[in-house]
Amino acid sequence: MEQYEPDRLSPAQVAAMRRSFTNGRAALTRRSLLRASAGGALAAGGLGTLSACGIPAAGQSQGGVPAEDRSAKEKTVNFSNWTEYMDVDDSGKHHPTLEQFTKRTGIKVKYTEDINDNNEFFGKIKPQLAAGQDTGRDIIVLTDWLAGRLIRLGWVQKLDPANLPHAYANLSAQFRSPDWDPGRAYSYVWQGISTVIAYNKKALDGVEVTSISDLLDNPKLKGRVGFLSEMRDSVGMTLLDMGKDPADFTADDYDAAIARLQKAVDKGQIRRFTGNDYTSDLTSGDFAACVAWAGDVVQLKADSPDIDFLIPDSGYMTSTDNLLIPNKARHKTNAERLIDFYYEPKPAAELTAYINYVCPVDGVKAELAKIDEDAANNPLIIPDKAMAAKSHAFRSLSSKEETEFEEKFAKLTGA
Amino acid sequence: MSTLTEAPPPLAPEAPEPKPPRRRGRWTPYWLLLPGILWLLVFFALPMIYQASTSVQTGSLEEGYKVTWHFATYWDALSAYWPQFVRSVLYAGTATILCLLLGYPLAYLIAFRAGRWRNLIMILVIAPFFTSFLIRTLAWKTILADGGPLVGALDTLHVLDVTGWLGWTAGDRVLATPLAVVCGLTYNFLPFMILPLYTSLERIDGRLHEAAGDLYARPWTTFRKVTFPLSMPGVVSGTLLTFIPATGDYVNADLLGSTDTRMVGNVIQTQFLRVLDYPTAAALSFILMAAILLMVTLYIRRSGTEDLV
Repeated sequence: MEQYEPDRLSPAQVAAMRRSFTNGRAALTRRSLLRASAGGALAAGGLGTLSACGIPAAGQSQGGVPAEDRSAKEKTVNFSNWTEYMDVDDSGKHHPTLEQFTKRTGIKVKYTEDINDNNEFFGKIKPQLAAGQDTGRDIIVLTDWLAGRLIRLGWVQKLDPANLPHAYANLSAQFRSPDWDPGRAYSYVWQGISTVIAYNKKALDGVEVTSISDLLDNPKLKGRVGFLSEMRDSVGMTLLDMGKDPADFTADDYDAAIARLQKAVDKGQIRRFTGNDYTSDLTSGDFAACVAWAGDVVQLKADSPDIDFLIPDSGYMTSTDNLLIPNKARHKTNAERLIDFYYEPKPAAELTAYINYVCPVDGVKAELAKIDEDAANNPLIIPDKAMAAKSHAFRSLSSKEETEFEEKFAKLTGA
Repeated sequence: MSTLTEAPPPLAPEAPEPKPPRRRGRWTPYWLLLPGILWLLVFFALPMIYQASTSVQTGSLEEGYKVTWHFATYWDALSAYWPQFVRSVLYAGTATILCLLLGYPLAYLIAFRAGRWRNLIMILVIAPFFTSFLIRTLAWKTILADGGPLVGALDTLHVLDVTGWLGWTAGDRVLATPLAVVCGLTYNFLPFMILPLYTSLERIDGRLHEAAGDLYARPWTTFRKVTFPLSMPGVVSGTLLTFIPATGDYVNADLLGSTDTRMVGNVIQTQFLRVLDYPTAAALSFILMAAILLMVTLYIRRSGTEDLV
């Protein structure tokens, strides 16, 4: 056995020994990392390749791009919808209204709940639609501003009125002619969404709330107020509160509304801008009051007696989720028949009784009363005249305005 | 130790090697590398090039985007969103230090003292991964709810007065404040700190501790001179595995934070999905990558450890 004498070891052996203490099989060393990062910088240096990439202009083909309609040959339709936006039976496996449709028409519905967020879904289908390819979907459901954008970009197909007799006859007047799709040439409403003020009675503890101004100014609610991260809902409600019409406002009006919200953010009045997750803040009482979607409030109210809603005197925002047929969809006629089916009062009532959103179908009230008397009398589901009069829609924006307004709203929400 | 001082086995240049087996194996390493390289090419290199290109384009959705070498996007993005960058580094840095302070004792315990409980504790460390990241973060909203037991206790103990004075919390709440975001980050990334720490601590030969004791080192000195230096690879890789993803995280800031706690990940998400300003979003991503690369390089140089794992 030789004596351990460090001096006599070669540098390589010293290194080997050191490694043996810290496990010599190190795959990633400092040197290799530094080398790798230098390599990465070099690769980024090959900028010549970069100009090859680019995003082509959206096809400005008004009227959409049809594909060969295989509806007659293939008795099927691919329906992409939001989660929890369809009636489900007690076993949780069947969608009764969809099955009725199949029974009557022989058309099988491939129903997919793959839409969670308008912006994310747009990012998902954009590459295919921009390249003029089939997305594999015959019907998609999008909120009005995004539906308007797709129509503007020429990415959805014009509907054939001949296949939509019920839809044409039964669509409620208030949804008939939005400025982004006059006369409903491209879209039909799936459900309407009302934006109202929701509050938690326990958390309010006697503080009176009647308007958006109360949310923005009442010092007793400091840090316990929520607004929605959906720009059109939050700004729309603020515009209404300021006496402006969200259907017809100028850029200055918009800036004024943003400034009003900014003031509330700066003094810590607004706690957060949220997506759908406001429901947990509201039930826990972290939000005493917030801007909320009525469909959620109907359900929250059923679970918790402390939750309630109010409609400000200045009015409330209504938006819609819309059925659209994207370019190159293979089963256009089948899709149109499905849209028409949901405009018959009976299936429409069954759907509404389950999901509790605003039903866009005239004549549904009597059918709904047979299933659920309370729902039929709930103005959040079947708006009465007084409700409908207070309803306002956000005007459609040009692409330039959209970017500009979203940018300003993003700054307001912190990024 | 004698094996170490022995010369490496001679490469035997005098005897001609039998050729066939060696020739055959010559390409094997490359074939083995091929799947990984292809994967990286398709899912890392190509998207990177695409992003780099996007960051110097201008245009709109209607007119399409063209490469115009508009490098000003970088400067504009940085000058508009530098506070979010600073905040991200600050939050991620704080969370990393907290993870180290919490994770080191635990990893030490698992490696040296846990005995037959070792596997159980390891499972407890990993178990949170069985549920979704999102759900675990949402659970923190319940834990930190206004007027909840925890916040109530902190308020009674006047801890919130101190944190409020430091600007970490606001009034008598913890949610929607910087403290909540840092707590969420620390919680979510803690296992990434513990696991590498544990692997490097576990490798330390117990006899080294005995040797240190034989040489009259107190426990603390043993830790300082033997254990900690030998665990440095774990410390470095743990801090990197925590710091790098935490800097780009946006879920915690989104769910537990407020308007004044938004991090750079939130900005990138908003620019990409809402504002549809793809060049700015791409430029922000590259600035973030460059900043992290720079910080990590400096850190590794300073920490002076050769091996990372």
